[in-house]
Amino acid sequence: MTQTTPTPSASQTSEGAAARFLRATEIDTRLLGMVGALVLIWVGFDLYGEMFKNGGQFLTPRNLWNLSVQTASIGIMATGMVMVIVTRNIDLSVGSILGLCAIVMGEIQVNILPQYLGLGHPLIWIIAVLCGLTVGGLIGALHGFLVAYGRIPSFIVTLGGLLVWRGAAFLVARGETISPIDPTFQLLGGGPYGSVGATGSWIVGLIAVAAILWMLKSGRDRRRKHGFALRPMWAEYVLAALGCGLVIGAVLLVNAYPWPAGIVKAYAATHGITVPEGGLFISHGFAIPVLILIAVGILVTVLATRTRFGRYVFAMGGNPDAAELSGINTRLMTVKIFALMGVLAGLSAVVSSARLNSATNALGTLDELYVIASAVIGGTSLAGGIGTIYGAILGALVMQSLQTGMVLIGFDAAIQQVVVGGVLVLAVYLDILYRRKST
Amino acid sequence: MNAEPKTPLVEMRDISISFGGIKAVDHVTIDVHAGEVVGLLGHNGAGKSTLIKCLSGAYRADSGDIYINGQKVVIANPRDARAHNIETIYQTLALADNLDAASNLFLGRELVGAGGFLDDARMEAETRKIMARLNPNFRKFNVPVSALSGGQRQSVAIARAVYFDAKILIMDEPTAALGPHETQMVAELIQELKRQGLGIFLIDHDIHAVMKLCDRASVMKNGQLVGTVNVKDVTDDDILGMIILGKQPAKAQ
Repeated sequence: MTQTTPTPSASQTSEGAAARFLRATEIDTRLLGMVGALVLIWVGFDLYGEMFKNGGQFLTPRNLWNLSVQTASIGIMATGMVMVIVTRNIDLSVGSILGLCAIVMGEIQVNILPQYLGLGHPLIWIIAVLCGLTVGGLIGALHGFLVAYGRIPSFIVTLGGLLVWRGAAFLVARGETISPIDPTFQLLGGGPYGSVGATGSWIVGLIAVAAILWMLKSGRDRRRKHGFALRPMWAEYVLAALGCGLVIGAVLLVNAYPWPAGIVKAYAATHGITVPEGGLFISHGFAIPVLILIAVGILVTVLATRTRFGRYVFAMGGNPDAAELSGINTRLMTVKIFALMGVLAGLSAVVSSARLNSATNALGTLDELYVIASAVIGGTSLAGGIGTIYGAILGALVMQSLQTGMVLIGFDAAIQQVVVGGVLVLAVYLDILYRRKST
Repeated sequence: MNAEPKTPLVEMRDISISFGGIKAVDHVTIDVHAGEVVGLLGHNGAGKSTLIKCLSGAYRADSGDIYINGQKVVIANPRDARAHNIETIYQTLALADNLDAASNLFLGRELVGAGGFLDDARMEAETRKIMARLNPNFRKFNVPVSALSGGQRQSVAIARAVYFDAKILIMDEPTAALGPHETQMVAELIQELKRQGLGIFLIDHDIHAVMKLCDRASVMKNGQLVGTVNVKDVTDDDILGMIILGKQPAKAQ
């Protein structure tokens, strides 16, 4: 390989193989750190189960599949929280917005729409979802308006929102639990029927592989066009292999988790299939909420890194005055950012209430803390200006892995809280150390 | 030189602005012609920056009017100023520290490609082009500007003002953070821009720099305009007298 990066006077011979590998592939070291922490948690819990319980239960298709579904709701909101925190704001109200949106959607699909459309009408879930997202977006926009034009600190506005919307959720449904919800809506929460199956997962996987290869190729073309430094070819191949390997591994994993026997029997009965002797192996495949999370993650990443909107978000976080002087309408931006956060809270409400098959006014309680923790563990700086979407999603996965792992090995709720709280503080401390070293 | 038949490129007429009852700028009138450099001098707190921020859109004057080529204009925010080809290099530089040079240069005016997505590669290529002209030693294109030296940061701020075909340039102490070599580069740049026909307001504390670079100098004290003089007609001491004592030199009256 003759291509080298034009770093002036970098002592390229003295750096180790690992450092050269990282520089050539341009892999973010903090991403590597998070993946390392995740692997440590997963293997740690599995080994603990192996030694002290009846077998390791963590690294099983079933548990990892469940983990992915449980991560979806927090992960979706964490992507929006990154944008909020990057602009030096905070949103403490997302859990309450989630609760209110869930209740509103529950009311609409259970108590209102069936009167006009009839029970099980195919439009019901669509209207319900749209209403939920709209309510979330409007509440978020109101918060943003108060922060930007009323000059009230976001901490106060959303602390008020935390109480107001939770109370409103109670008032809307008079404190009742709304259940069962629309059967199509339910699919958005996952479960055997709410997954795309083996074939569907392979299609998703192949699209992802194609997208990864296309991104590497077009990125290289763009750099060549402008005469910028290229990655060495071997680094491109390593990245392609890593990306595609991860995708295919994920597909194999979710396809290795079969439907439970009872559901297979019921499914066979309604579809006139005879179940053979050894039982029928029907794969779950990717759960729909996980696909929603992935889609949101991609969309918000594109928004944050490839659009003016995202550029302005980061500029506002880096230097609000400079953003203003550059002609950015920072107040309107703040409204939009909070509105986006609200829409995402509404989407999380869809996933959470569909998964529970019910809407209660307590849904999403304390979620704001997990969402903020995910964003911060994922490297979002509370001082503003710094943060990544994939980091926040990984952060959500770390939080959820800890929680799931502790449940599996039988820690009780009190210890779980102690551990999660401790990990949050530790993660932020490590992040501060990392930043101090790298600057 | 007293009779100037042309309409000025910019005239700020009878501008006043006050903060909490204190008159920061008190009925001040200044102007600049195309191809001219006008120095703005005065003590800290004399109101120079405040006056100029009314032109760049950062502040809105309480009273007074702004004319560009004789046309009255309203500048309510930085976007309006940019629309009138007014570019500003702020004393604070106004850079987003977490973004790289190209992102800062194009902040608020990003180049977009198909589908409205940012064309970062083209922005970086353009930044490399203009930096090659302004500061050939500049290499750090892919790091946040917080990692740059004072002089490098300054050159990013200058590049941003120069890149977009400014007609009116406001420079608020552009050499405050620079060493002698870079200061000289800025001086040459000002001369070149002047030749290109820009009107430049230069705020500076260094009287010698002002005497060298400017055609006229307007001196402010306590928010009021002491006077505007042709630099050729006065000495350093005359201008010092205006700044410190607030008195017009005999010759220019």
